[in-house]
Amino acid sequence: MASIQLTGLKKTYAGNVEAVKGIDLEIADGEFVVLVGPSGCGKSTLLRMVAGLETITDGTLKIDDRVVNDLEPAERDIAMVFQNYALYPHMTVFGNLAYGLKNRGVKREEIERRVHDAAAMLEIEPFLERKPRKLSGGQRQRVAMGRALVREPSAFLFDEPLSNLDAKLRVQMRVEIKQLQRRLKTTSLYVTHDQLEALTLGDRLVVLNGGSIEQVGTPMEVYEKPASMFVATFIGSPAMNMLPVAYLRERGANGLLDHLAADTDVIGIRPDDLRIEAPDEDHLVVTGTVELFEAAGAESHLYVSLEGSDQPTVIRTSARPPVAEGETMRFHVLPSALHPFNQASGKRTQQGVS
Amino acid sequence: MVENRPWGNLLAHLILIVGVALVIFPVYVAVIASTQGPGEFLRGTLPLLPGGHALENYSAMWQAGLSRVGAPPVGQMLWNSFVMAMAITLGKLSISLLSAFAIVYFRFPFRLVFFWLIFITLMLPVEVRIIPTFQVVADLNMLNSFAGLSIPLIASATATFLFRQFFMTIPEELMEAARVDGAGPLRFFKDILLPLSVTNIAALFVILFIYGWNQYLWPLLITTDPNYYTIVMGIQRMTTAADSDPQWHLIMATVVMAALPPVLVILFMQRLFVKGLTETEK
Repeated sequence: MASIQLTGLKKTYAGNVEAVKGIDLEIADGEFVVLVGPSGCGKSTLLRMVAGLETITDGTLKIDDRVVNDLEPAERDIAMVFQNYALYPHMTVFGNLAYGLKNRGVKREEIERRVHDAAAMLEIEPFLERKPRKLSGGQRQRVAMGRALVREPSAFLFDEPLSNLDAKLRVQMRVEIKQLQRRLKTTSLYVTHDQLEALTLGDRLVVLNGGSIEQVGTPMEVYEKPASMFVATFIGSPAMNMLPVAYLRERGANGLLDHLAADTDVIGIRPDDLRIEAPDEDHLVVTGTVELFEAAGAESHLYVSLEGSDQPTVIRTSARPPVAEGETMRFHVLPSALHPFNQASGKRTQQGVS
Repeated sequence: MVENRPWGNLLAHLILIVGVALVIFPVYVAVIASTQGPGEFLRGTLPLLPGGHALENYSAMWQAGLSRVGAPPVGQMLWNSFVMAMAITLGKLSISLLSAFAIVYFRFPFRLVFFWLIFITLMLPVEVRIIPTFQVVADLNMLNSFAGLSIPLIASATATFLFRQFFMTIPEELMEAARVDGAGPLRFFKDILLPLSVTNIAALFVILFIYGWNQYLWPLLITTDPNYYTIVMGIQRMTTAADSDPQWHLIMATVVMAALPPVLVILFMQRLFVKGLTETEK
């Protein structure tokens, strides 16, 4: 077990393409940190730099207070779970789990013990003598996890390990990974583009965009107080609605926007903060026509075109709201639910509004 | 095909039978000829039924050879051919596996240049470079030796190219997983790449063994000592015997024996080969 320290970590590819632009991040011992961002944001590159599969152009990487910039992956005492599992096809499950230990010169009885422990933990004991191709996707995923587990490394690195599974298995494995990490208390770095995975798994989230960190924080911090417009629209589904401040003022803000910082020109509103029923407190009101009604089981999404705005707006409500398509209605927003941003910088303008 | 078309089937089978007959007939003639006595061929008609001299022809060739034309016993020549073919095959396989490994998995200066150099030699068969090669081998005192017979034929662009293509289909993550698992380059090669290439190696083994076995011009050039005659050369010696008619019955017995080892190799390797085709890994 170990802490991981990234200081000014940079990756530049040939032709001066900066994939990772100086990342500072400290991961505490036993912490589960999730790197999340859209495709091409550098999250996988960053993980592979920590793993030692990509060279580090600049900056330092410390694992357990030891600079590991130039060490081989095997010498960094990390284990990695790959997106396509990367199981050795010609080895049995046992062979796959044992390979890393064998290369490290672990004794045979010790290998047996560790492999069986890991297999029991992941419930893959019945398959130990099978080849990977005789396993289902979920079982392969477990074997890939097992290969990381048996090593008892100081850190786990996950590179989108669940993206090849179907939706149901993904949820199941997500829970299992979380439980496993809780139990083992091994420092983990997890890469995903799935914001639901990110929100549910991580002790802390690192939202990346274009090779830089947009925000670091607990999942709830990131959700409730996004530091930039990028984070606001990336985390949360459906995405946050963005409305110009001027538009809201025109609708009669009655001083409800006065507490916002002067440079605020865009307001973000989560789809579930636009309510159909009026609350008792002072609030803002907007009017719009329901263009499309989308029932998604436990909740429903209303696609609304607001009066006097060409910005498409989404509203999330309870399962069966009393609305029909084509209906024009009023939506209510509490001032505390507003997320103020500055369009030019893309940043949140004022802290303390939640 | 699910349809039942008797005429179509009949036609297809007829064509196949004719094709097989065309291929089989010369082999049949060779086998029959090897069972005849010395006089049969001088009559001008080719016998199509087995004669009674099979044992005596085969044992004569196996033990004594045709000393009159300078051909050593067939047993010896088969051994020579076998050593040469195996040396060429194993040499080609190991060198091409290693060079493909280097080209695919290592980044070194002029990597592409080396690849293209290897690739270009595909266009240069032994016959094109035979004179300079002979000079080199002669200068190195490798005439009349197994080294001289096999080493100049070992470099193989074809096999290198095939292994390169195969290695490129192996997911890169496998190499990365092995690195994380603490396997260095050579261990990755031995533990992961080689086992995955087994079926390719088997297929190439068949092709290369037959290539080595059938070498004709090169052994003819560099061996003058009958102790290093290969079987293919031996047959050539026998047919061009001066001042006498070729001993066709004995030559045919040699031919049949010469054809057996490649057939055995194919029969044995075919099982591995088919297994590789039906059980695809990954």
